[in-house]
Amino acid sequence: MENKESIFSPKIIKTFLGPLNQNNPISVQVLGICSALAVTVQLKPALVMALSVTIVTGFASLIISLLRNTIPSRIRIIVQLVVIATLVIIVDQLLKAYVYDVSKKLSVFVGLIITNCIIMGRLEAFALGNKPWPSFVDGIANGFGYGIILVIVGFVRELFGSGKIMGLSVIPQSFYQMGYENNGLMILPPMALIIIGIVIWIHRSWNKSLIEK
Amino acid sequence: MHSNRYILIYSTVMVVLVATFLTLVAIGLKPKQDYNRRVEKMQNILAAVHVNTTTQNAEDLFKRYIVDQYVINENNEKQTHINAFELNIEKESKKPREKRLLPIFVSKIENEGTKYILPVFGKGLWGPIWGYVALNEDKNTIYGVFFDHKGETPGLGAEISTLEFQHQFKGKKIFDKNGDFISVKTIKGGANNDDIHGVDAISGGTITSNGLTQMLHDDLKLYERFLKSKN
Repeated sequence: MENKESIFSPKIIKTFLGPLNQNNPISVQVLGICSALAVTVQLKPALVMALSVTIVTGFASLIISLLRNTIPSRIRIIVQLVVIATLVIIVDQLLKAYVYDVSKKLSVFVGLIITNCIIMGRLEAFALGNKPWPSFVDGIANGFGYGIILVIVGFVRELFGSGKIMGLSVIPQSFYQMGYENNGLMILPPMALIIIGIVIWIHRSWNKSLIEK
Repeated sequence: MHSNRYILIYSTVMVVLVATFLTLVAIGLKPKQDYNRRVEKMQNILAAVHVNTTTQNAEDLFKRYIVDQYVINENNEKQTHINAFELNIEKESKKPREKRLLPIFVSKIENEGTKYILPVFGKGLWGPIWGYVALNEDKNTIYGVFFDHKGETPGLGAEISTLEFQHQFKGKKIFDKNGDFISVKTIKGGANNDDIHGVDAISGGTITSNGLTQMLHDDLKLYERFLKSKN
C-alpha cells in the first residue's frame, strides 16, 4: 500500500462497493441472517437496526485498526469482543434514551449485534491488517450491505403484511373494499427467509459472476 | 510475540478504561431513559381504561384522567408516604403476601364514572408478563385490561398484548353471585358466550394463557379486602 493515499482513491471505492454487491454480507456470504428475520416485520425497526449495525461495524473496525499494532495476537479475539460489546452497549443505551419504542421492538437483538458474525469477520479479515481509514470504510460498507437487505425485506413485509410503510397506511381503503387483504404470512418469520431467498435469486441473476461454476 | 506481562497490563488497562467510559455513558443517559419508562407506564395504565395516548400527550392525559393514586396493604389499610406510581411491581411480587404494597390508581372517565386500576404481574412462558386491570365502580366488573410481556413467542403467547385478546375481558366479573372470589380464567378451546368468568385462551399459547390466569387470580386476590369494602 502507498504511504499517501487520497481518501477517495479507487481502492477505497472498491472497498466501499464490494460489500454492497459482490461481497454482500447477507445475500452472498449469508451472515447475520438471524437478526434479518427478527427485526424486519416493519421498516422502522429494520432501519434502526441497519443503522446500529453500520455504526458498530464502522467504529469497531476503526478502533481495532488504530490499535492493531498494539493488540497482543494471543488475546486479539477478546480485545475485539470488548470493543464490539462496548459499542453495542452504547448504541443500546442511546436507543433506549432517544427512540424508546423502537428499542423495545428490537429488544434483545441490539444486544445480539455483539454476536453478529459480520462484525467479527470484518475485524479479523480486514481491520487487523489495514489502516484506519480503509478499515472504517470497509466497516461502514458492510453495515450498509447488511442494511440494504434488511430495508428491502422490511419494506416488502410491512407493505404486504400490514399495508403500511413506516407506520403510515399506503394501500388505499378502496383496495380493501374490493376484497384485498393483508397477507398475514408476511408478518411471520418464515416469510423473511423466503424474501431473502428471492433477493439472493434476483441478485444472482443480475450479477452472473456470483453463480458458482 | 508479546510478553505475558504486556498482555496482562494491556487487558487490565483496556477493561478499566472501557468500564469507566460505559459507566459515564450510563449515568449520562439515565434521566432520559427513566423519563421514557415513566411515560410508558402512564400509557399502559391509561390503556386499561381505553384512553389512547402518544408519547407526547401521555403525561397530560395521565394528569387529566387519573384523579387519585394510593397504596394499600392486604388488609386494605392505606399506606401513606408511598408513591403508588413509583412503586416497582416486579420487586413487590417477590415479597411475601403480608408485606406487599398494593398500588391503586383511580380514574374518572367522562360519562363512565370511577374506575379502579390495579396492576398485575406474573410469569409467562419465557419471562415476565404484566398488566393493568380496570374495574368499574362496583369493584367487580372489568372495564378494560392492558397486558404486556417481555418476550413471549410472537404470534402465539405474544397475542396477549393485542387489543383483540384484551377486548374479551370487558364486562367479565371477578366475583360470583355469592360474592366469592373467582377471578377471570383463560379457557382452552374457547369460553362459552355466557361465561362471565372466562375468556378464550390463545391457541398455541397455552403456557402464556395459564400464566395469565394465574397472574390474574393471585394478584387480584391480594386486593380482595379492598374490592369487598364499600369505599
